[in-house]
Amino acid sequence: MTEVTRAEYCAIACADMFADSGEIFASPMATLPLIGARLAKLTTEPDLLITDGEALILADAPAIGATAPVEGYIPFSKVFDVVASGRRHVVMGANQLDKHGNQNLSAFGPLDKPTRQMFGLRGAPGNSINHATSYWVGKHSTRVFTEKVDVVCGVGYDKADPENPAFRFLKNYQVVTNLGVFDYAGPGQTMRAVSLHPGVTAEDVKANTSFEVAGLAEAGVTREPTEEELRLIREVLDPRSLRDREVSL
Amino acid sequence: MAEKRDKRRSLDEAVAGIQSGMTIGIGGWGSRRKPMALVRALLRTDVKDLTVVGYLGPDLGLLISAGKVKRAYYGFVSLDSAPFYDPWFAQARVAGTIESREMDEGMVKAGLQAAAARLPFQPIRAGLGSDVQTVWGDELKTVDSPYPYADGRVETLLAMPALNLDAALVHLDLADDRGNAAYTGVDPYFDDLFCLAAEQRILSAEKIVSTEELVKSVPQQALLLNRAMVDSVSEAPNGAHFTFAGGYKRDEKFQRHYAESAKTPESWQAFAETYLSGSEADYQAAVRKFAEEQKS
Repeated sequence: MTEVTRAEYCAIACADMFADSGEIFASPMATLPLIGARLAKLTTEPDLLITDGEALILADAPAIGATAPVEGYIPFSKVFDVVASGRRHVVMGANQLDKHGNQNLSAFGPLDKPTRQMFGLRGAPGNSINHATSYWVGKHSTRVFTEKVDVVCGVGYDKADPENPAFRFLKNYQVVTNLGVFDYAGPGQTMRAVSLHPGVTAEDVKANTSFEVAGLAEAGVTREPTEEELRLIREVLDPRSLRDREVSL
Repeated sequence: MAEKRDKRRSLDEAVAGIQSGMTIGIGGWGSRRKPMALVRALLRTDVKDLTVVGYLGPDLGLLISAGKVKRAYYGFVSLDSAPFYDPWFAQARVAGTIESREMDEGMVKAGLQAAAARLPFQPIRAGLGSDVQTVWGDELKTVDSPYPYADGRVETLLAMPALNLDAALVHLDLADDRGNAAYTGVDPYFDDLFCLAAEQRILSAEKIVSTEELVKSVPQQALLLNRAMVDSVSEAPNGAHFTFAGGYKRDEKFQRHYAESAKTPESWQAFAETYLSGSEADYQAAVRKFAEEQKS
């Protein structure tokens, strides 16, 4: 076995996001979580549903960019039905993410006159309030992990009203970055370090996060991939190493 | 016996009923099966102050480029491929020249469903706790369920208001001359809901065929629109260009040219003169010339 790269630790960390998910839609929105979801499907989570990102449900977990036999049909209109049903785990990107899991992918600056316009809210409000939501950040920095996001798209735990049962499905599950794996089990449902990738120190995370990350002293090291996982990543899912382009070192 | 209604219209006739200040819904999704020929026809009119509703992309961008948009209701605005962010939309937002009613993508569907069913609102979970409510202010309210949750607490949801439309513009792959129509691609998007939510229902189609040929050509499930959902139908081959339709792909090179041309007033003037100053036939001829130049 050759040396495991940072992107490969990120790939198995993304796969682990789907551990014990059962028969739900895995909806990864970037290359690394896409490899992760397909890796999970090919190893421990064969019942995951994955799509081609357009309208087809794939019966197999093909390489990135490749086609595969189809088992079903899910046009956008039906995706919203799945979102409302809760049978889904999405992994979104984030331009900004705060310690409670509030996420921004809409715009920077004031809402009526932003300084930079991105996509708008997209499905982030509906995703986060309906089903498990995780985030993938390829370059962990203080600009992304900020004290306060400019526009709340994905809903953070501090926005939940305990008196209103409509918030009962809010589940900010994990954040995987180029530096480590995080969840929201810190004090008051704040971001906590679960594991740091080999070679990453607590100081690295501190220096690149605007708020205090819980559990940094106790965080372990991200696990090693199995030989089978490395084979699947390198030979089956991502032979062209597209994963390396998305992971900052 | 009276004659059956023939709804065939030219593109310019089709949009003639759209007036300044109206709320128009545009079908398709992002840069996918957009009624671009109808949007271009709208660019040839002097209407302005439009409110635009949809899953938006370069349709909104072009309308903004011509100064026709006052307000937009959208789940997102995307070109779906690099550079992803529509340049005209981004410029207008940063300049503060259009009013934004940004929302969750699912809220657009809910608002169209409410309008289609002639209901004042549809309750929805999506949007709670996010800045959707900040963006909309008093225009977006919540509603308490009259049925308590199991533990006695009351569920408070967003009351997504009906997105009632003065007009809907949609583009499908096949239609007959009376407004029955089908998609042949991978997704119907929400074009049926746009038509059900609107007063004037304006359809363009790649090809107008006999009803018999229409129903023979597609599975029944693909017959998205019936006659009661359509007021006019315009034949517009390549009418979704530069977005994709059932029979052709997105013109990525041309979309990139559109996005790059928006960068300076000079480059946009050249783009508008070449592509947007004549008829739909002129546009299609110029686009063919662009494709040939790209090849050589």
